[in-house]
Amino acid sequence: MKKSMIKKVTGIAAIMMSAAIFAGCSTAKTTSQGNDQTGSTVKIGVNLELSGAAGGYGNQMKQGIEMATKEINNKGGVNVNGKKKKIKLIIKDNKTSTSTSASIAAQLSNNDKVNAIIGTATTNAGTAAIPNETKAKVAALSPSATDPNFTLQKNGKAQPYVFRACYQNNFQGGTAAKFMTNNLKAKRVAVLGDNSTDYGTGLAKAFKKQFTGKVVDTQYFASGDKDFNAILTSFKNKKIDAIYAPGYYSEIGLIIKQARQMGLNVPIVGSDGMADAKLVQIAGAKNASNIYYTTPFSQTVAKSNPVAAKFLKAYKARYHTDAPTFSALAYDSTYMIKTAIENEKSANSVKIRDGLAKIKNFDGVTGKITIDSKHDANKPIAVEHLNNGKVVGSTQIK
Amino acid sequence: MTTLLQQLINGLSLGSIYALLALGYTMVYGIIKLINFAHGDIYMLGAFWGYYTINFWHFNFIFALVSAMFVCAVAGVVIEYLAYRPLRHAPRITALITAIGVSYFLENIMSYLYGADTRNFPQVIKQVNYTIFGVRISNIQILILATACFLMILLQLIIKKTKMGRAMRAVSVDADAAELVGININRTISFTFALGSSMAGAAGVLIGLYYNSIDPLMGMTPGIKAFVAAVVGGIGSVPGASLGGFLIGLLETAVQSVGLSAYKDAAVYLVLIIILLVLPAGIFGKNVKEKV
Repeated sequence: MKKSMIKKVTGIAAIMMSAAIFAGCSTAKTTSQGNDQTGSTVKIGVNLELSGAAGGYGNQMKQGIEMATKEINNKGGVNVNGKKKKIKLIIKDNKTSTSTSASIAAQLSNNDKVNAIIGTATTNAGTAAIPNETKAKVAALSPSATDPNFTLQKNGKAQPYVFRACYQNNFQGGTAAKFMTNNLKAKRVAVLGDNSTDYGTGLAKAFKKQFTGKVVDTQYFASGDKDFNAILTSFKNKKIDAIYAPGYYSEIGLIIKQARQMGLNVPIVGSDGMADAKLVQIAGAKNASNIYYTTPFSQTVAKSNPVAAKFLKAYKARYHTDAPTFSALAYDSTYMIKTAIENEKSANSVKIRDGLAKIKNFDGVTGKITIDSKHDANKPIAVEHLNNGKVVGSTQIK
Repeated sequence: MTTLLQQLINGLSLGSIYALLALGYTMVYGIIKLINFAHGDIYMLGAFWGYYTINFWHFNFIFALVSAMFVCAVAGVVIEYLAYRPLRHAPRITALITAIGVSYFLENIMSYLYGADTRNFPQVIKQVNYTIFGVRISNIQILILATACFLMILLQLIIKKTKMGRAMRAVSVDADAAELVGININRTISFTFALGSSMAGAAGVLIGLYYNSIDPLMGMTPGIKAFVAAVVGGIGSVPGASLGGFLIGLLETAVQSVGLSAYKDAAVYLVLIIILLVLPAGIFGKNVKEKV
């Protein structure tokens, strides 16, 4: 008797709760035109990995976004159809967790009513946020999610509300493959990829698909690993011409250090996750020779790009260190949203989306950016060459 | 053959770090039956202490190592005093959960204070490579192995030959009886934490020097692997922890050298499962029968 009572009560509670949840859905749907700009500010939500495994990258992005916002606000703000509106940032930490990222996306777009979202740093967290962003019709621009499928729906069409400011993997991996065949004349190559991020596995896969020489061995590591001696010793035995190592500077720096210390001096080629001053600090300047990486943003390219030169100087003045790639990408993301608002003459979230989709020849720190039909950022790519820890040259790859 | 020897050196250097960490786990478990999950984070504290003293106070290596051991010992005692002592008579699961809480606290407070970024450890000792029979070994690898072995022998002497060591052994056999014969339990437990944590501090500085990269989350994976090492060797046994550490280091290296690098962590955890199923007391563990 008692038990059935409890069952009944819980049953009713369950029905009521699901009703409440569905009610939540329908209210989200009825605001069909996205979030309008209200008051004297344009609200930009920031959904970033400020702690957890990708915390380092997220914090660098936050610096880039804050710097861009400050610059814009100091000049009066964003020009929304003739009126200057200041940018208000709402920054949330998704803790490098997919579920937190999804709930932050919902919070930002439904409760805070932001006009656009910048984030996330990683593909995994970003993908989890897509349903909520799409439902609320708020555009999200990721500074660094590189998985080719990130901006695509299952049917191959672009996700309507998702954009990125970086390269996608196939392009970057393919460029590295071309560079290794044509410029380094490498025939036997070992791949050593970061297994714990979509970035690392995606690039490794893209590279292997497009490399015409022989891939002798493919090994993986996880971010946070510190010991690569065993893998590198086995590479050394396989008489390889070069190593392709897509990943982030924290691990690749260690790989370079350990490879050079065991006398493995073949070229090591990586991706834009390596483009950070910390790489050389971790590897040691003497070890960082014969190192190449594909990058949109570099100290040498920056010299011929006035936007980048200005950014580098301002960043150094503010944070007393050389600007990392992630900050540059996040800085560009903020300005891309500003451009979208000004071109569309509206800060409505749907209009911002339209504006982002139409961005063409945007002068960014990371190069001239054009958003294509797949919502990927097209920009020129270069391969930088390190010797004794210094950038000694860069090759444009067509 | 030379490759095999080279991998052996790689495995031993890695293993000596696990061994130093495993000692802390095993000692604390032996004495209060608590798996101190915050132990890996003490190791991180040691690495950060080394980083700051070498960079800003210009300590030399030995001084940085010894001061890190001391600071970590203090940290271990403080953690024991604040977090575990109030729970001395609580169910064991409560203390275990607290340990996990302390671990998260240390990781996040360090991320908050110093940023989650990876930093490069100052290279106070210049690396020199020696080639013996085609096998390359660096002075830092020799230093790590030697320091680890020295500390382990020192620890064994403390436990076997000193009065405090005898008190530790007495408390680990029967705490109540030890108290009856006049051993100050609280002080003995504090001493155990200090000893274990100082080993972790030493490991932190050594690893910083060896790999040249430290971050607030660096204690997580090595901490868990050292725990596995302690279980493999027989948790509660000091020689077992040393042996377990070297075994886990060698296993990880072996798995990577045969080309299964993606599964190296899985292999370590698989060993944990197998050991728990087949030999729950570990290699050196005593199978104590419960008396009624």
